[in-house]
Amino acid sequence: MSQVLVFVEHQEGMPLETSLQATALAGTLGEVSSVTVGACDVGGVARHFAIEHPMLSDYAPEAIAKALVQLIGAESPSAVFASGTERGNEVMAHVAAVLDLPLATNVTEVRPGDESWDLTRTRWGGSLLEEASLTASVKLVTVAPHAFEASDASGGVDAETFEPDLPEALERTRVVERVTISEGITLTTAPVVVSGGRGVGSPEGFGILEELAGLLGGAVGCSRVVTNNGWRPHSDQVGQTGTRVAPNLYVACGISGAVQHWVGMMASKNVLAINNDPEAPMVTKADYAVIGDLHPILEAVVEEVKRRKQPAT
Amino acid sequence: MRTLVCIKRVPAPGARIVLTDDRQAIDARHLPFTTSPHEECAVEEAVRLKEQHGGSVVVMTLGPAEAEEQLRYAVSVGADEAALLVTDGADWDPQATAAALAAKIELLEAGDGWFDLILFGNESADSGGYQVGIRVANALDRPVVGGIKGIDIEGETIVARRETDAGFEVYRLPLPAVVAVKEGINLPRYPTLPSRLRAKKVEVSSSSPDHTPGGLRMLRLVNPPEVASSTTILGQGPEAASAVADMFEELGLL
Repeated sequence: MSQVLVFVEHQEGMPLETSLQATALAGTLGEVSSVTVGACDVGGVARHFAIEHPMLSDYAPEAIAKALVQLIGAESPSAVFASGTERGNEVMAHVAAVLDLPLATNVTEVRPGDESWDLTRTRWGGSLLEEASLTASVKLVTVAPHAFEASDASGGVDAETFEPDLPEALERTRVVERVTISEGITLTTAPVVVSGGRGVGSPEGFGILEELAGLLGGAVGCSRVVTNNGWRPHSDQVGQTGTRVAPNLYVACGISGAVQHWVGMMASKNVLAINNDPEAPMVTKADYAVIGDLHPILEAVVEEVKRRKQPAT
Repeated sequence: MRTLVCIKRVPAPGARIVLTDDRQAIDARHLPFTTSPHEECAVEEAVRLKEQHGGSVVVMTLGPAEAEEQLRYAVSVGADEAALLVTDGADWDPQATAAALAAKIELLEAGDGWFDLILFGNESADSGGYQVGIRVANALDRPVVGGIKGIDIEGETIVARRETDAGFEVYRLPLPAVVAVKEGINLPRYPTLPSRLRAKKVEVSSSSPDHTPGGLRMLRLVNPPEVASSTTILGQGPEAASAVADMFEELGLL
């Protein structure tokens, strides 16, 4: 069985869920050898390589790619996988560029053949699929997050240390500083997101959304048209070019539901649409909807929630 | 500061993506076209750097003849020159695209000197390959970082900031460099009437690049299966508040 390398991202030795999903897909195509920068236990693999080099004490995409290229040279795998995260895509693009090989990003399915593989990958942030053929001596693939169940993380093997030869010049693209901004509830972690679109009408119109989000322990989000109008900062934007969220409840106020926005919140467990257009795509795709002008509706909902939260006397 | 910005013309789909009968493209007969969002911000960033540090901005795209529209738009918001690499309209794979762009950049630099900075969008809105900028940087042997939401020029160094879950991380790249930016780095300006007129008159230099296909070939596009949904209408207007609060209670939010 041919060897498939999987570049596994980890946080202080714990593999990322998305990397284990990539490992699961790779396991259907060959014998998996996982690769990490620094120490990390990855379960369910035949071999494990730990890349060790002083330059890699912090994220350095070019240098990591160089190390992977050297490991590929030493091991001659049939394919190399990573997860379709920002870093996974970036490192693999460097590997592909250095080796002048094609790279298929955000793949959801692989149908292996002799010379080339047929595969399916996402476009438009996941709202469209592309069937493609990949022809290469070493197949380079990143796996769309959440397209596969993660592989079993238990039962690690002993790590084989791999010490790459990295030219000093690659320091040029290494992280030199980290700045931590501590926030309370963020869009990505909030259990409830109350989001507004064009229908909110103005920056001040978001006051009532703020109030509802506060009552539900949630965060406020918005659509792209809102940030383009300068009503909210871009950090509040949910969508293909903004933040992707998957809360327990997503409240879409005055948002029509264009592709750009939908792909950012389609993973939400429950969606409530408040819109004056009963035919709006957001309304027809939502789990719950209230039809009408959003401001009086939100004011009534806020009053009702406040009333129910008051302790009974 | 001489900056090049590489952009892509993409359709702006509404709520549902409709494909052509041969499933090779999005049926764009009734759709407006636009500049891929990250790249619109890349143009704005280049223009702001020019306003701060002087210099010029060249904007370039590989695409159908109609992509001239997106180049002229970039000029209308502050770019100085425009270069179009004309294709037959078919989708070029990332290797072919990067090779054509890199060859054209070498030509432009042989004529007018190097670009201190080459900007890309982090990924195109449509195909989302996440790799053309990195391939071009590699071909030109320049440093490149992606996902950038903040840029400062300090002498011969570019300081670039990238968001993380906890805050941001900082890179310092020697110029000349390549940077792929994300929407949110700035809020792009709108064109003014005089700038629109200037953009109409600017000469777009057009050339036909060699097409050397790479190893990833698009076969067909497929709409993902529709998620069957049945919407529960909780009511009309403010009278629905009680039903909404009931739903919050069912989800354990109150």
